[in-house]
Amino acid sequence: MSGAQRLISATDLVKEFPLRGTIFDAFSPKRRSVHAVDHVSFTIGEGEVLGLAGESGSGKSTTGRLLLRLIEPTSGVVEYRGRNVTSFSPREMESLRAKAQIVFQDPNSSLSPRMSVGQAITHPLQIHGVGTPSERRERVLDLMEKVGLSPAPFLYRKYPHQLSGGQSQRVVLARALVTQPDFLVADEPIAMADVSVRALILQLMRQLKQDMGLTYLFITHDLATAKYLCDRIAVMYLGRIVEIASRDDLFTRPHHPYTRSLLAAVPVPDPRARRDKKLPKGEIPSAIDPPSGCHFHPRCPFAVARCREARPPLREISAGHFSACILD
Amino acid sequence: MGTPQNPPTATAASFSPAGGIASALRWFSRSRRRYGMEWWIMVAGVVVIAAILTMTVFPRLFTRFDPNDQNAGGQMVAPGRAHIMGTDNLSRDVWARVVYGARTILGVAIAAALVSALIGIPLGLLSGFAGGVFDRVLSLIMDSVYSFPGLILAIAFAAMLGPGVVNITLAVAVVYIPTYFRLVRGQTLSIKEEVYVEAARAIGARRATILGRYVFPNVIATVVVVLSLNIADAIMTEAALSYIGLGLPAGIPDWGMDLSMGKKFLPSGMWWMITFPGLMIMLLALGFTMLGEGLAEILNPRLLER
Amino acid sequence: MPVTEKTILDVQDLSIAYPISIGVVKAVEGVSFTLDDGEALGVVGESGCGKSTMGLSLLKLQRPPGRVTGGRIMYRGTDILGMGDRNLLRLRGQKISMIFQNPLTSLNPLDTVEHHFLETIHFHDPGMPREKALAAVEKMMETLGIEKKRLKEYPHQLSGGMRQRIMIGLALIMNPDILIADEPTTSLDVIVEAGFTELLQGLRSLYKLSIILITHNLGLVAEIADRIAVMYAGRLMEVATTEDIFARPLHPYTQGLIACVPNIQADQKELVCMPGSPPDLVEPPRGCRFAPRCPKVMPICRQETPRLVEHAPGHSAACWLYGKRPS
Repeated sequence: MSGAQRLISATDLVKEFPLRGTIFDAFSPKRRSVHAVDHVSFTIGEGEVLGLAGESGSGKSTTGRLLLRLIEPTSGVVEYRGRNVTSFSPREMESLRAKAQIVFQDPNSSLSPRMSVGQAITHPLQIHGVGTPSERRERVLDLMEKVGLSPAPFLYRKYPHQLSGGQSQRVVLARALVTQPDFLVADEPIAMADVSVRALILQLMRQLKQDMGLTYLFITHDLATAKYLCDRIAVMYLGRIVEIASRDDLFTRPHHPYTRSLLAAVPVPDPRARRDKKLPKGEIPSAIDPPSGCHFHPRCPFAVARCREARPPLREISAGHFSACILD
Repeated sequence: MGTPQNPPTATAASFSPAGGIASALRWFSRSRRRYGMEWWIMVAGVVVIAAILTMTVFPRLFTRFDPNDQNAGGQMVAPGRAHIMGTDNLSRDVWARVVYGARTILGVAIAAALVSALIGIPLGLLSGFAGGVFDRVLSLIMDSVYSFPGLILAIAFAAMLGPGVVNITLAVAVVYIPTYFRLVRGQTLSIKEEVYVEAARAIGARRATILGRYVFPNVIATVVVVLSLNIADAIMTEAALSYIGLGLPAGIPDWGMDLSMGKKFLPSGMWWMITFPGLMIMLLALGFTMLGEGLAEILNPRLLER
Repeated sequence: MPVTEKTILDVQDLSIAYPISIGVVKAVEGVSFTLDDGEALGVVGESGCGKSTMGLSLLKLQRPPGRVTGGRIMYRGTDILGMGDRNLLRLRGQKISMIFQNPLTSLNPLDTVEHHFLETIHFHDPGMPREKALAAVEKMMETLGIEKKRLKEYPHQLSGGMRQRIMIGLALIMNPDILIADEPTTSLDVIVEAGFTELLQGLRSLYKLSIILITHNLGLVAEIADRIAVMYAGRLMEVATTEDIFARPLHPYTQGLIACVPNIQADQKELVCMPGSPPDLVEPPRGCRFAPRCPKVMPICRQETPRLVEHAPGHSAACWLYGKRPS
């Protein structure tokens, strides 16, 4: 990825959440903490959709928030168009917020119950001092039509509890896009929506990406959805990226055993599909005391002694395809 | 999906007074069809309060007597045609004292409630939002005041400040500041964790804006209900203070004071001096309670946990 | 589906409604289906379609103010809806069991796992000696694939997947005929979900269970269910074998639902979407409830409600595209 095309880059991101234990823990040598994000690095090119896939505890949501500094990284660097975001002043952060936005999982809790649709979507414009009130209203109404909130003047006055799930998520999208950002972090945006609504939102996101020239970080636990929307996919496990590849490579030639298990486990809406029966044993371990070396080794059907010793680095398997597994 | 839910509260619509009243009235008329018992309780409360409010604003409509006129009629006359509530030991018309006394008690109670709200709410907001040492210290102070028996605290302040309407208002107000503080702080703490607050940060809002436009409007719903219940409580506290003899100078008609005066004559069978002011205190407090409870049930049945 | 000697559950014309402040929500209307011995029936639909409400009513568990307004639920010749409390207690957990979406809230945080099991056994079979009960519990833990030492732990010490396994264990410890599972995997991670599905298949053959699986997850029913019933806005739209539903869906709603789900093994260029949202159930539209959103709607669809009619062997659909007008 050449420097000119790179929109976002994350280098060695770390986030640890300290745990407040009992008084006795204060005397113990090791301060316990949740290792949510453990030295994560990746880049996102302009116009690309990077999928960040993983199960609970993988750190994907935290990573998304770190990119926008909604949570402060413990260490590591985030760059936006080559500039170091992690060292931005509050004022610089404020102008970044117009360019980089986020959409959360639950649209109903993402909207203040006391703000109307129009007020919610207009607020970012007010914060960044864009246009006059009437200009703002025009812009918001236009955007509402674009995301499928129609008729816009009617819905403009509605409150979140008067909207359906699909409509609420559209409002959240509109609010995120009203300042015409380049970059959007979508944190499981369809997980809480109904089955038929999910397809609509996915279609909409695809459309908007083309029309508005957006770049996405698409966080999801559902690889089937990632396959539909993403250009490249990074798979996370317990705070680390275990594999990162183009969509085609990941689905046709998955390398890391965890990725393979994940792919095998995804339910397929087709009765003829037969699942590869070998599932990793056990469950996801705690992020407070993760296994040594490769986090996945206790569950991995191919684990050898070396897997326990050191953290496997992300190595290039083939062009643009990286995997954190020492085996072949 | 597809079935409508609760209507928006009147306070949400806009912050301009005219807009607020207009939407409150609109909501009022629309709500009628929707609710059962809670509606009628609220309406009953509103009716009582409205009636007594009219008494305070247009006392002449209700009585031609002056409450301090010590020659209104005979002394200790039982309730009858000339004086519907009788006269007291100083030959003052009791009904007139009731009518004019409404001003005092209502004025003090509402003013006290407003003062404590105006102090307690912002402090609660800031404390809950800011957290840290500031929050800890302020909470400690507020909890200490709160744990004091309210009436004793009011008595202490009233005695300290001396007589006077303003002083008694302040004495009553102090008692309730922690109530608003704790309520608002608790709400703020939980709303602070809501996703929409994080979303507000994500769009670049400054902390003050988040507090004012995202946290405060969501907190205010509970406050409206508590205000009404608070006034009911303040009425009782004011009556108690003046019953003891603290706070108000002699010339001002007051139900609490009349209660204590009338107490002396009850054993001799002259019941009307104490009964009518007593009934009025109860009625007024009940009115605000019904308004508050009815409103609470309607706005959000899960709002108040008792 | 015709009632045969293999039928153990026969739901006839079930209707459930619940009043809200502005009217009555007709959550379930005229739902009829059968369940054969050893069969797994998937009830599929989106939120608000009434599938969970219907599931609860099968054990007369619907919460007031919701109430059954019509129909019968025949289990081995007796109408469950007509059963008294004592008989219902003997039915639930013993003959027909149910598991729910969130195992954390279904388990008592103050009781150990072992206590949960023993309490259940003791309730249904007070005479069983403790050693025998413990032996049964240990055997169940083995079947579930959980170490015995977990018996002494409390729900919060277990992972989500383990809790859901305990739930199934509790549901099956008395060897019921039917298991009703309401969104059992929705709260689970993907790999855990796969393990759970595997477990369910194993338990099904081990206990010769009949299963009613209520879910919106098409992948799950594709794997487990023999037959599928599709619900929309409180009514059944289509009932057929799993193979038929996926290969030859008749009802436009079923077709739309299948077409809009991302399939990891298929090469999908575009997801076909269904615009609109489910109708208001207080004043449902006249005629077919899917008509406002149906891409193949005809005039009759808005006037008369189509009945669930068999159009191919074992394949019924409630759609005017196939049925003749009733005389």
